[in-house]
Amino acid sequence: MYEIIFYLTAAVTVLAAGSILIVRNPIHAALYLVIALLALALLFFLLGAPLLAALQVMIYAGAIMVLFLFLIMVMNLRPTQEQLPFLSAGWKVPAFLALILWLELLVLFFGLLPEPADETITVIEPKVVGESLFGPYLLVVEAAAILLLAALIAVLYLSRKKRL
Amino acid sequence: MTITQWLFAFSILLLVLLSLFLIAAFMVYAERRVLALLQDRLGPNRAGPFGLLQPVADLLKLITKEHFIPPFADRSIYTIAPIIVPFTALLSFAVVPVDDDWWLADINIALLFVLALSSLRVYGIMLGGWASNSKYPLFGGLRSAAQMISYELPMGLALMGVVMLSGSFSLVDIVAAQSLPFIFLQPIGFFIFLICGIAETNRLPFDLPEAENELAAGYSTEYGGIQFALFFLGEYIGVLLIAALATVLFLGGWHGPWLPGVCWFAIKMLILILLFFWLRTSMPRLRYDQLMSFGWKLLLPAALINLMITAVIGLFWIKG
Repeated sequence: MYEIIFYLTAAVTVLAAGSILIVRNPIHAALYLVIALLALALLFFLLGAPLLAALQVMIYAGAIMVLFLFLIMVMNLRPTQEQLPFLSAGWKVPAFLALILWLELLVLFFGLLPEPADETITVIEPKVVGESLFGPYLLVVEAAAILLLAALIAVLYLSRKKRL
Repeated sequence: MTITQWLFAFSILLLVLLSLFLIAAFMVYAERRVLALLQDRLGPNRAGPFGLLQPVADLLKLITKEHFIPPFADRSIYTIAPIIVPFTALLSFAVVPVDDDWWLADINIALLFVLALSSLRVYGIMLGGWASNSKYPLFGGLRSAAQMISYELPMGLALMGVVMLSGSFSLVDIVAAQSLPFIFLQPIGFFIFLICGIAETNRLPFDLPEAENELAAGYSTEYGGIQFALFFLGEYIGVLLIAALATVLFLGGWHGPWLPGVCWFAIKMLILILLFFWLRTSMPRLRYDQLMSFGWKLLLPAALINLMITAVIGLFWIKG
């Protein structure tokens, strides 16, 4: 049962992600991305990270993608008919980076690395995540907070009205 | 699980769904009667005794209407959008405990599950507005997106105070931790949650997405028949959900003397729902910029300060 749900969800993720490349309407593409993100959340849940799953839905599907859709709706983007040049100038670097990831995936798939000893899934409780965030990783959390604060101030500066 | 267990689980799910639909339908009737009472009118009293069959009549009318999709609409999204709204609200009820051992699921992230579903609800309204492909629904959809994102934030922060006091995300554990209802320990949190709850369900005084006199009917302008009914159902199930959550999180859930737990739960919810109805008759609608500045400049700082005070006190008082 577990395997069926897992592989079904994985298939949905891949199909939804692939559909983003095919559809022409930007809103439809955004919706496929939402579905991919939701399926990913379910995968997180199945792999024993309930907190991560909930945050994935809340933040990525519930906030970021809503803002994406908001932007698409405000700009009133409609499906375009003209064919974009398939391989425009900026493709080389992303393709190279994706190639590295793909090679890593191959290595993992064909078992070139030693098998992990313990195959069972341990569920990570929210409390454990919190304790490790505010314990060993405290410095990283603080650094992220400073980064976000800087971004916030920058946004306020950029969007200020011209009456300084 | 054996076949019998599966059947049992499904029949319970069906029962819960049916009762939620029934309660929502009856709420529409009750709201119309209460509004009429408060405005010195009679309200619907023709269908059946005291007009009790009014929801049935409304439903029949909406079902028998022609199923019409505007030719300029985006067909697939136009059809899906109204389903999302009641679906997410109904799904949240899976983790709401009604009595000591009356719940469908007790997961350790129940509260986050509810918040996540409520943040998905906005898709239904936004997409409904966009897919209708006409100007008033689009404005309604945009407004609802902005409004729901702005009010989700203080809502989540207000709930964190409750999580700190009970030390758990599970709604069952949160109720169990309330020997003293959390409304006494978190009065600010309760009010912020209630205000944000009204805003999330798009009801007066926060019904900007469907403000009749400026936007026709907002996101649902181009909808009719059963699809309009789905939006409507979503709104009332949403109200029910906010009342249930406020009961569970702040009013002590099923705790109470003498009466069985279910009765206490129902009484507390009923009072909150009547409060929703009362607010609808007595409050004027906010202006859009007032709504935004109220959310970001008053509710969010208040929720943050509430959270900080709770954290500082909790650090010295609870210990562990």
